[in-house]
Amino acid sequence: MKTSIFAAGFCAVATLAAAETPVLTVYTYDSFVSDWGPGPAVEKAFEEECGCDLQFVGTGDGAALLARLKLEGKRTPADIALGLDTNLMATAEESGLFAPLPEPRPALDLPVEWNNAFFQPFDWGYFAFVYDKTKVTSPPKSFRELAESDLRIVIQDPRSSTPGLGLLLWVKAAYGDEAGGIWEGLSDNIVTVTKGWSEAYGMFLEGEADMVLSYTTSPAYHLIAEKDDTKAAALFEEGHYMQIEVAGKIAGTDQPELADRFLAFMASDRFQSIIPTTNWMYPAKIPSGGLPDGFETLIRPAKALLLSPKEAGEIRDEALAEWLAALSR
Amino acid sequence: MLELEDLQIRQGDFALSADLKVPAGARVAVIGPSGSGKSTLLGAIAGFIVPESGRILWGGEPITPLLPAERPVSILFQENNLFPHLTAAQNIGLGLRADLKLNAGERDRIEQAMKRTGLEGLGLRRPADLSGGQQSRVALARAFLRNKPLMLLDEPFAALGPALKREMLSLLGEIAGENGNTVLMVTHDPDDARLFADLVVMVDEGKAHPPAPAAEILTNPPEALRRYLGEQ
Amino acid sequence: MAGRTQPLGAIRWLGSGAAALVLALVPGTLAAVFLRAESTGAITASDWAAIRFTLIQAALSAAISVVLAVPLARALARRSFAGRRFLIALMGAPFILPVIVAVLGLLAIFGRNGLLNAALGALGLPAISIYGLPGVLLAHVFFNLPLATRLLLQGWAAIPAEHFRLASSLGFTPRHIFRWLELPMLRATLPGAFMVIFLICLTSFAVVLALGGGPRATTIELAIYQAFRFEFDLGKAAKLAALQFLVGAIAAAIALRFGRNALFGSGLDRTIERHDATGRITMLADAAIIITAAGFLLTPLLAIAVSGLQGIFALPATVWHSVMRSLLVALGATALTLALSLPLALLIATSRAHTPAISAVEAIGYLSLAASPLVIGTGLFIILFPLADPVALALPLTALVNAIMSLPFALRVLTPAIRDAEAAFGPLADSLGLFGRDRLRLFLLPRIRAPIGFTAGLAAALSMGDLGVIALFSAPGSATLPLQIYRLRAAYRVEDAAAAALLLLILSFALFWLFDKGGRTNART
Repeated sequence: MKTSIFAAGFCAVATLAAAETPVLTVYTYDSFVSDWGPGPAVEKAFEEECGCDLQFVGTGDGAALLARLKLEGKRTPADIALGLDTNLMATAEESGLFAPLPEPRPALDLPVEWNNAFFQPFDWGYFAFVYDKTKVTSPPKSFRELAESDLRIVIQDPRSSTPGLGLLLWVKAAYGDEAGGIWEGLSDNIVTVTKGWSEAYGMFLEGEADMVLSYTTSPAYHLIAEKDDTKAAALFEEGHYMQIEVAGKIAGTDQPELADRFLAFMASDRFQSIIPTTNWMYPAKIPSGGLPDGFETLIRPAKALLLSPKEAGEIRDEALAEWLAALSR
Repeated sequence: MLELEDLQIRQGDFALSADLKVPAGARVAVIGPSGSGKSTLLGAIAGFIVPESGRILWGGEPITPLLPAERPVSILFQENNLFPHLTAAQNIGLGLRADLKLNAGERDRIEQAMKRTGLEGLGLRRPADLSGGQQSRVALARAFLRNKPLMLLDEPFAALGPALKREMLSLLGEIAGENGNTVLMVTHDPDDARLFADLVVMVDEGKAHPPAPAAEILTNPPEALRRYLGEQ
Repeated sequence: MAGRTQPLGAIRWLGSGAAALVLALVPGTLAAVFLRAESTGAITASDWAAIRFTLIQAALSAAISVVLAVPLARALARRSFAGRRFLIALMGAPFILPVIVAVLGLLAIFGRNGLLNAALGALGLPAISIYGLPGVLLAHVFFNLPLATRLLLQGWAAIPAEHFRLASSLGFTPRHIFRWLELPMLRATLPGAFMVIFLICLTSFAVVLALGGGPRATTIELAIYQAFRFEFDLGKAAKLAALQFLVGAIAAAIALRFGRNALFGSGLDRTIERHDATGRITMLADAAIIITAAGFLLTPLLAIAVSGLQGIFALPATVWHSVMRSLLVALGATALTLALSLPLALLIATSRAHTPAISAVEAIGYLSLAASPLVIGTGLFIILFPLADPVALALPLTALVNAIMSLPFALRVLTPAIRDAEAAFGPLADSLGLFGRDRLRLFLLPRIRAPIGFTAGLAAALSMGDLGVIALFSAPGSATLPLQIYRLRAAYRVEDAAAAALLLLILSFALFWLFDKGGRTNART
């Protein structure tokens, strides 16, 4: 059958490439490996110094990445998983698939304290509502103001998207037991709930909504890549929930040393300077050259909100139930 | 000789019985009212319909267990006698080899058959590019080449005009004569029978009657046939 | 019956091989997911709500599609005008349109910032919002109105012209014609058309995700996705998939009862002469119906063309690479679709008696209509992972799953075509001893060339636009065009994404057109 011929061809190519140099397999989310993501540059940079073959495997988003690892279990060919976030860490740790990080751990520039034995951050950002300054002249300063306004927003589904889940925890972290009420107030502002970030952001750019749930760093893309300074993120008084993206070493890796080298490389200037203008997030460690021009224009929340993986795991279901109840009316 | 021995055919509510003999080389017109079972009778002889009981014999050998293609039979249907996607020559060639892998000798025979049926130079045409008469000739040419002892015709010329139909019947007569074939032809036109047949099988009220001499039966028809022919 | 031996002989049993492969890929993958599951979450109240919503949206989508198709098909059936044939072909386009592209087009017209709302605003009317059930229905009608219209047009074409002549000589008014000619045809055609569209909408995922508007609009397929991704609960995903199967199986059983009208039939080109509908009002009404429908079906396509045209020549090289991969996948899926559907259709159509075994084979061919592509993808992954590297197999697997998903449509096209060919020429072939391979080569395949071309075009276009399982197994340098569109959007490159969407639209249609045309050219009938 055609499939098997195809397959044989693919396998042959794969084996040829693998025969000589050691291979480090890194599972990550799809947009990381895309031609416009950090993947290609990171691969080139690391291969220059490791004498190895760095192979990225894209798996949808962070949640899909973890689902994939759990499916493969101990037999996974992955050596590194890159692109989980704090909300997935608890589940990831429980899976027993990850090895402790090598010591000493690199110093990082995060707005919060980081002390996790399994996962090392590589970038981070604040969730925020992004708007067009030419269309929204007085952006809301809090969830309550947003709920009272006529502004139309697009958000992501917490069950299928990382920012969606981030928003759920943002409201919960900021309002606790009142979160349900906030969601009820917001429900008439919500144009639609999308599966993922890119659908929502696309709808915003096409004018379907006044604001979209994204990151405080999103305007930097428009400013730097498109010379467009009309996009801005609204600063909320409650503080902004953080997303910290992390990587971990797979316990069953057959390249433990190479994996450790990659984790060290992840905190290097080389890697960290790729991040801001490819992943459009803050680097976990500010590279020696500083942040790219344009990042200084971004809003800096006074208060960083972040639930610990354990807390997040505990309140996730309750918060989701509140969200579902408010939006199902 | 074709023998139908206590043949009983049943299709749903419809039943037909036949117990008759047709001598070899005879030309038989099968006539009867529409719906009487003329086509069913031919279908049973050709092997498309399995009789409930009874036997069909050719030359003393039962042919009932044989597949249509294994029977000593060529059949021409009312329509769809030619594959529209094959050329005239290919349609004829199927009579020689079902896989159309023809050798030079076979191709020559097709040429001859086409000459014989007045189709010279038309071998590469497809049925859509042939006239109705030419299409009938292609079907006849194939039957001629196959040269099966028994030719069954289920009104294949019904759509042709009177002159063309006479032409075809005479061509059929010549072909059958050359090969010494026995011919059973369904028709509802007594003129066809007069023109072509020496025997007539009347099918009526669930029964195929034994053949009677055409001249006799048509000039002096029995009650059932008179009813069918009406006042003439 | 006579011709007791099967005319195709042993070749016929290739069909059982195809059926076995479908069994392995559809229920087989579901079983694999079940077996791999560690725990199984219970079906919750919100899952039942999802099931209810699934049924409601599928039923409404199907009902609206067929109800709107009646006047449209009637208008098209009785009017002849320049470009009629082209218009009918073009109006079929949404059915093969990739969902991600179609949603962009629909939003450009019906979205908050779309043309329709701009027009309403100019007239001082309040804006409409399509998110939620209305959006889902709008998109489903957009996709399936062409299919319903096609099925009904065939119904009209099947009414003998003599009946219409008879009607006019008897002095029938349009009402009488409807009562005595059209209504009986509709009664025979509508239920089948309804059920097909119901089944297609049953497993809707991407449309609901894009336009559903929120948790109120959750289909079973979406709940399966969430069980996989949010709850990591394979058991629950499998349970929901089994439920979806059950609903689909019931619907399919009903659909099969209501007849097996062909998806591909002759007569679309024929205008029915009507002497009753020459009144000025009916002519104007028909014109209005045709223009409105064409506007509804074609303006979103136009919007995609407009938004993508600028960027299409400036697309990065990697997008063109993914075009090559997508073409390969689409051609592979086409070959696989034919390799599966032809033997199956031959097995089903050449069976002279409708035995339970043949009915079972027929049912197997339609299984994937109710299957969850997510479950198939994940199940394949579970099955293959211990044996081979699924990532290396991403493209062939995508082609295979695409082929399985196209199979029901292919069968609906090919089976009736083979039946018709056998009915017309089977006795001739039998009498000439055309059996086995010769029968295929010299008779059946040439007779069904046009439907094969149509099937190939459909399979290629559907595969071209499907994001499919590639998203589950992607590796760098293996992105197909639909995945590349997602990646462009994920990289903020909305304009490039719009251009790539236009490219996808053009390629899908081109593939369909080429195959369909290839099947018709020189196909003498």
